Amino acid sequence: MRRPSWVPEGMDLDRPAAARVYDYYLGGSHNFAADREMARKAIELWPDLPLIMRANRAFLRRAVTFLAQQGFTRFLDIGSGIPTFGAVHEVAREFQPDSRVVYVDKDPVAVAHSRLLLEDDKACAVVDADLTDPQDLLSRPEVAELLGAGEPVALLLVAVLHFVTDEQDPEGILATLRDALPPGSALAICHASLEGRPDQAETHQALYRRTPTPMKMRSAERINRFFEGFELVEPGVVYLPQWRPEEPAAVGEHPERMVGLVGVGLLP
Amino acid sequence: MTSPLPAEQQGSTDSAGRSIPDPDRWSSLLRGSQGAAMHPDALHRLVSRTTELLQLAQAEEDALDTGAAAEAGALLVESHFTDPDLLAGAIGLLQAGGPGQLRCAELAGAFAAGWAEALRERTLQEQEAIRLAADTARREAERALRESEARFRALFESAAIGIGIGDVEGNILAVNKALQDIFGARPGDMQGRRVNDLVHPEDSPGVWEAYEEMVSGKRDHFSLDKPYYRQDGEVVWTHLTCSLIRDDDGTPVYQVAMLEDITDRYRLQERLRHQATHDPLTGLPNRSAFFERLEAVFDSPEPGARFGLCYVDLDGFKVVNDSLGHEMGDQLLAAVALRLESALRPLGHLVARLGGDEFVVLLEDCRGEQEAVAAAKTVLAALAKPVPIDGHRLAIGASIGVLERPVAATTPMAAVRAADLTLYRAKEEGRGRWTLFDPQRNARSVSRYAVSVRMPVALDRGEFFIDYQPLCRLSDGSLSAVEALVRWRHPQLGVLGPDEFIGTAEETGLIMPLGRWVLEQACGQAADWVRQFGDRAPQINVNLAVRQVRNAGLVTDIDRILRSCGLDPSRLQLEITESAVVGPKDESLRALHSLVDMGVSLAVDDFGTGWSNLAYLRDLPVSSLKIAGSFVSDLKETGREQQLGWRIVGGLVSLSHSLGLTVTAEGVENADHATRLRQMGCDRAQGWHFGRPARPEEIVRRIMEEHDLKPDK
Repeated sequence: MRRPSWVPEGMDLDRPAAARVYDYYLGGSHNFAADREMARKAIELWPDLPLIMRANRAFLRRAVTFLAQQGFTRFLDIGSGIPTFGAVHEVAREFQPDSRVVYVDKDPVAVAHSRLLLEDDKACAVVDADLTDPQDLLSRPEVAELLGAGEPVALLLVAVLHFVTDEQDPEGILATLRDALPPGSALAICHASLEGRPDQAETHQALYRRTPTPMKMRSAERINRFFEGFELVEPGVVYLPQWRPEEPAAVGEHPERMVGLVGVGLLP
Repeated sequence: MTSPLPAEQQGSTDSAGRSIPDPDRWSSLLRGSQGAAMHPDALHRLVSRTTELLQLAQAEEDALDTGAAAEAGALLVESHFTDPDLLAGAIGLLQAGGPGQLRCAELAGAFAAGWAEALRERTLQEQEAIRLAADTARREAERALRESEARFRALFESAAIGIGIGDVEGNILAVNKALQDIFGARPGDMQGRRVNDLVHPEDSPGVWEAYEEMVSGKRDHFSLDKPYYRQDGEVVWTHLTCSLIRDDDGTPVYQVAMLEDITDRYRLQERLRHQATHDPLTGLPNRSAFFERLEAVFDSPEPGARFGLCYVDLDGFKVVNDSLGHEMGDQLLAAVALRLESALRPLGHLVARLGGDEFVVLLEDCRGEQEAVAAAKTVLAALAKPVPIDGHRLAIGASIGVLERPVAATTPMAAVRAADLTLYRAKEEGRGRWTLFDPQRNARSVSRYAVSVRMPVALDRGEFFIDYQPLCRLSDGSLSAVEALVRWRHPQLGVLGPDEFIGTAEETGLIMPLGRWVLEQACGQAADWVRQFGDRAPQINVNLAVRQVRNAGLVTDIDRILRSCGLDPSRLQLEITESAVVGPKDESLRALHSLVDMGVSLAVDDFGTGWSNLAYLRDLPVSSLKIAGSFVSDLKETGREQQLGWRIVGGLVSLSHSLGLTVTAEGVENADHATRLRQMGCDRAQGWHFGRPARPEEIVRRIMEEHDLKPDK
């Protein structure tokens, strides 16, 4: 049981936040000076970052599209950040107009922004919760309602698990979430790998160590094991552009340069 | 990919005659930018629409439609094409006609203006949105903080436990309602007071040290029971927990005290403790409380510290109890306790009741012997006047053993024992007096003490043994009998004679098993000698204590012993003292007759030292009389005394003979006495002249010598 938050955590706009830095990578202006400073430094060191973020965004779109086409109407997007464009509910509703989405983030600004955007959308909800406390997360009424109907739920952990440290036990978190999912549910993961750009991994992680959300890039083997209990859909765990591209040309010659390993699994 | 441009579209062309922008390069530019995140169909639609708008802008020969070009730019921004590199690439494609082509520059300019305008608008909107989000989040955080504060304030104000907050200088900053109630204070009473003002004389040692350690940051909390004065001066007992609050750098800033009113619990504990440590009859501290205090005196004493004890025993209390009843006795004890308490407490001494009619006065930090003696005199003075109870005026005195010693010289137990033994000397020396502890006399008493403590286990451990002293016929000096004399090889005190422990054995009841053991040993030994020497073996004399004579099982015991060792009863003579039989109707008389019937003979031992009621010699079935050793050993003196002494001895001999008893003289230490006694007709003699008590082997040697027997028989 999580202790009640007697005193809320303070908001510090002088420190970069992952959600707003990500927005900057994508060319957005939902960010503050500290976020931009951090993002510019990161891009200077690793000019591919904006491309990687676009590829990540494209994967999210393709994965949600795939899942909606499979008939999923319930989505749980953890680490949703600032939904700039191509938000999950927009993509899903192209195929499933009744789709319900619960967005979860622990960044109060991202949560506030999402709530302002989704104020009038009764089929969507925004929850201020932390992935590293899955019991608390699952106990939130909006999440419990989404999972409680017994219908399959698509759990999206896109570019969020690499912000969970080993001490916080990502496998344990995944097991807790998996046990809460109804049969037939799905899991989509995008996770920064060590193998894609081994030359960049250390400096990039060092940069994020100064943020409230340090980053832990992991091996392909470890990322594969995150799907324990799920059956991976084709093509399994691959680099971002390789996952079900709409056009073969979009994969490019060096998909590993996009660093992120992705996959979608189905719960039997 | 085919060009998205519809065939009928009009527009400018570059120098190569291609339309501006080049559809393939335009499409490729967008795909390389934000288009990578878009669905191909959506990207395709965007490429078509923007190309269409740019073509439309160039549709009129004379006038460029800048609005359409700007719309194309805005459309791209709307689809998140906000990358400056994209603008550069787009302008490059729009100016493909060459620098000379003014229309192309104008087209590019209009597109760029539309893009920039849209981007500025979008940027401002997004900044506004994120600001709004941040403000909302902050307000939410502030609201949560206020709620949290309200929650804390409610918790603080309505907590059942008393809570106080102070700074590390000890200024009390805030207290809650419960704490005000505990202190009986009104709001504001506690404000401005200091933690250090809240001392109480009963504060447990270490409470303020713990406090100083905490506020200086050496410890983070402490917890203990502490009394406080309420506003009205009453004392309230609390369970106090103090904690330190530090800032982010770890510097102590505040202290929080939580107090629970445990006064009721404390009083109950106190009452239970009082009950456990006080004598219910007199209200004085009881034995365990006294020992607790005494042990505290010995617990880390100052160098050279002295203490005093007056061990008080009431004289004649038993008489009051027996004659006037226990209720009266209890009232008397209570009255005595009150007198002692009111006389000695003002002097700073502790009075405790040890039990029965025994009291003790403890002088902590005694200044010397005089002070202890003064305390004893105070006790005697306090009891000098009779105690009026129920119309009686009861005179009660006391005997007191006074002990005054350096703490380092003794232990609590030894001190009390010594005071007790000193008390007994006071009793022996006549009651109603105090006696001062005397180390030498104490040593002797202690050995007596050691005897009684040790004796119960001594028999089991085989510490007793028997020596035999010859009784010789005065006619020829031959061995007639031996007297069995029990000895105790005490592990600390060495070998003890019967007079050193038989008294104690009688008091403790140990005389019964000990006496039986002596009989078994002596009879067994005698039977051995009979087997060895036949008629030449000596008769065996064994002493019977008064308690043994009065014991109902005596006859059975002796019968069993004689049978089991196979000794002829006629070879056993039992020596009894005059006090063993009180009178002709005494129960024990029957037992003695039974023994005689059995064939055992009886002798009166130590005749002349007791009542010497000649009348009962007639009733007792005795066959022999032993004249106490003092009669003969006192004959050393010369003159008239000596003549008188001999005359008494002679009288006793002839008296005995006239009663048909044989006579043995004890304490015969020289040949002259032996000769004189023989001349008087005394039958047997015992004493150093005829042989000291000896080991059985010595007796054997003597028998053999007397009868000229070879040792290896």
